Amino acid sequence: MTTAATDVTSAAYAALGSVRDPELDEPITDLGFVASCTVSCDGRARVRLRLPTYFCAPNFAFLMVADAYDALVATPGVLAAEVELEDHFASDAINAGVAAQAGFVASFDGEAVAELGDLRAQFLRKAVMAGTDQVCRPLAAAGATPQRLRAMTLGDVPPSGELDRLRQRRAELGLPAGDAAPLLIDPVSGERIAAEAVPLHLRRARVTRAGIEANTSICSGMFGFRYANHDREVS
Amino acid sequence: MYEKNGEKYFIVDSHMHYWNAAPDNWVPGAEQYAKGWIECFHAYQGLGPKETHWPIEKFQKYSEDDLMKDVFEDGYVDVAVFQPTYLKEWYKEGFNTTERNALMGERHPGKFVYNTRFDPRDGDAGIEELKRNVERFGSRGVKLYTAEWNAGSRGYKLTDPAAYRFLEVAQGLGIKNIHVHKGPTIWPLDKDAFDVSDVDHAATDFQELNFIVEHVGLPRIEDFCFMATQEPNVYAGLAVVIGGLMHARPKFFAKVMGELLFWVGEDKMTFGSDYAIWEPKWQVEGFVDWEMPNDPEFSDYPRLTTAGKKKILGLNAARLYDIKVPDECQLPEPAVA
Repeated sequence: MTTAATDVTSAAYAALGSVRDPELDEPITDLGFVASCTVSCDGRARVRLRLPTYFCAPNFAFLMVADAYDALVATPGVLAAEVELEDHFASDAINAGVAAQAGFVASFDGEAVAELGDLRAQFLRKAVMAGTDQVCRPLAAAGATPQRLRAMTLGDVPPSGELDRLRQRRAELGLPAGDAAPLLIDPVSGERIAAEAVPLHLRRARVTRAGIEANTSICSGMFGFRYANHDREVS
Repeated sequence: MYEKNGEKYFIVDSHMHYWNAAPDNWVPGAEQYAKGWIECFHAYQGLGPKETHWPIEKFQKYSEDDLMKDVFEDGYVDVAVFQPTYLKEWYKEGFNTTERNALMGERHPGKFVYNTRFDPRDGDAGIEELKRNVERFGSRGVKLYTAEWNAGSRGYKLTDPAAYRFLEVAQGLGIKNIHVHKGPTIWPLDKDAFDVSDVDHAATDFQELNFIVEHVGLPRIEDFCFMATQEPNVYAGLAVVIGGLMHARPKFFAKVMGELLFWVGEDKMTFGSDYAIWEPKWQVEGFVDWEMPNDPEFSDYPRLTTAGKKKILGLNAARLYDIKVPDECQLPEPAVA
């Protein structure tokens, strides 16, 4: 492989780092879902993806395959892309649908009535709630009362990776994400949370984070079990 | 019964199975689904302690003797509730049917509760089958797997008119407990198949029925918790929570338990081993020993007392199924909070 092709492969892999599992809100590269990523000398990217189970929900699987395709073709030096989801009950429908740029409804003829934008937004709102807990918990531990949290803006919060992530998720949803934006907002309307609703909002943020963390724990455990066995079989 | 430090725990395993997922039971043409399903279950077993893992061949088809030893002899269980899952599109005789469970259970009187199931897409024939099963096996509960594939359909919701018809019939037949198990497919596929809002509606409209949401709505614990706190007849089935997290991810297990204790409460949580995914022995022992960590991160969660553990491990499910509990395992009166 030429140096140029190696560089493009590195860039393609880095681009896959922008693709997240919508439910777990983590990059597919961190989760281990990218089994291989290569770019040939003539700019053809080929990526294989694998998931924790044969029956992972097909709508989320479709989003990851489609997002991976989009990330690859946007990478300078990549002229064509092929993304193949392996070991999944709907691999054929998903792989063919993404390759044809057919959309979800056409890929699952008769089984779906809408594209997946609403589903993605629904899970981004969960990510905003979980991120709210990540940002607020250290503030509360340092003495901030619920009403103090309500009065704070994003600009009042000390810089952190968690804050950056929360801002990014809010921005993706079109919610206020600048320094002047309130810290506590409704993830649908973007309005500041009412004073009397703050305790419940913080509780919901906490349980949402716990739910995503538990889900991620189980998925990563099953993924490890599935492919540890697989790797032993093939080696 | 399990005894530790002088405390006696009556154990009801409210969610367990006796399946045949071996190749001799795979439907020709659907082998990949039958194989994929049982391999997925097997990966769940990988989240339990290593010494409790089985080879895939045994996991596909275990014997009556295995079950009786693992669940009752070694696993401390007093009464176990069979939860059938049919999957007849993939398994010729079904994965784990009411009949298969009951034929085995009849040889062990008093040990089992036979739940049955229905599928709203089966129409009048399904109604007749439900009536026959309730009459023949005395079922007081049903297990509903909403992601089951049926004649081209990939699933249903409890709010479908056909599902309401079945719930009405079931209630008329004396069914009390509806165990709901969400899976990855549903119609339409663009919606979140794990969404539990249909359970919310059904629980409101069928106040006389109890809705036990298995694996506490995982992967939608947050939606389940918020729904359960508003519906007095919604329960948290702990299958997968204890088996999948307590050993493999103790920190997240503690968080999930904390959330469930806060939103749902110890009176509405029921233990289920999900056997043969996990054996009950280590789950019962570990749960009795478990305590909420003292770390500040967990400081605002409720604590779980010995009395709470007794409720979760058996007394709550015994109440749902009218199972007689020996006096020595009852809570002292008045109940310790």
